[in-house]
Amino acid sequence: MIGEGYLATKLEDVINWCRKNSLYPMPMGISCCAIEMMAAAGPRFDIARFGSEVMRFSPRQCDVIIVAGTTTFKMAKVVRKIYDQMPEPKWVIAMGVCTSTGGMYRTYSVVQGIDQFLPVDVYVGGCPPRPDNLLNALMLLQQKVQRGECKGTAPAFIGDFRGRSIPGSLQK
Amino acid sequence: MMEEMNNKVLERLKTKFAGAITDAVEFRSELTVIVPRERIVEVCRFLKEDPDLCFDLLADLCGIDMATSSNRFGVIYNLYSYRNKFRMRLKTFTEEDHPKVPTVTGVWGTANWHEREAFDMYGIIFDGHPDLRRIYMPDEFEYHPLRKDFPLMGIRGSLELPKK
Repeated sequence: MIGEGYLATKLEDVINWCRKNSLYPMPMGISCCAIEMMAAAGPRFDIARFGSEVMRFSPRQCDVIIVAGTTTFKMAKVVRKIYDQMPEPKWVIAMGVCTSTGGMYRTYSVVQGIDQFLPVDVYVGGCPPRPDNLLNALMLLQQKVQRGECKGTAPAFIGDFRGRSIPGSLQK
Repeated sequence: MMEEMNNKVLERLKTKFAGAITDAVEFRSELTVIVPRERIVEVCRFLKEDPDLCFDLLADLCGIDMATSSNRFGVIYNLYSYRNKFRMRLKTFTEEDHPKVPTVTGVWGTANWHEREAFDMYGIIFDGHPDLRRIYMPDEFEYHPLRKDFPLMGIRGSLELPKK
């Protein structure tokens, strides 16, 4: 009656539904965006409404890394190391313009977009983005998780990224 | 009162180091004295240990790139005296080929990290520094980024990124 394929796809949907409603974030707060990230976790914006209130400070217990802040070349190695320690499947939110494109730091020491060394799933513009924008990013990510996408396939953009279509092109 | 103190400091320096004090500038009633780099440690020690002057705090030490053919690099010492509530600056210059300045870590311990910063950003070698490593940039980095001839966006491939 119930074919194998039918059951498998439904099971995957159920698993994805579970995953998307309990995304544990790794708060990679490197600079001022971290303040907005903390506000998003606080009672006013309350990221718990989307099942992501469990900020884990060990990457081994996390599903999504929120890179919130200016990433320098020196810090890039640390961010990558933390990303590598996260269990699969894993997602990346690039929060703020510094993280997404280098932002106002057009300079030798700042990585012009973390997509040079990480597969980014959602880019969030703003300097810093409001907590609402982070929640928006999380909801977009939930849609991606439900569709079973990860590793930076079809990344979503929040904000105006026109003219920044190739982040990092200045340094690569 | 500031002028009095400026004149007093300058007089003390001129009598103590006759001929070594080549130039002095006063701007917005703050004194800047140019000192040859061979005498900088002596001058600093005198300013710190003289019971009247007592410049016991090295508030900042920084490098500067004048982008000139002679005396290209400089080091600026911002001094403060807690007792007299008084500030002054020392400046010393060095050549482009071998930018060397004697260290003042023996006078103020706080100069240690400041001199490492100036070394990292400008490549000024502080002779006799106990631990002259880079302080901001990675150890394997080969350039000095605050020099005027360093491009703003850096040099391709000079800083490594992890693989995607």
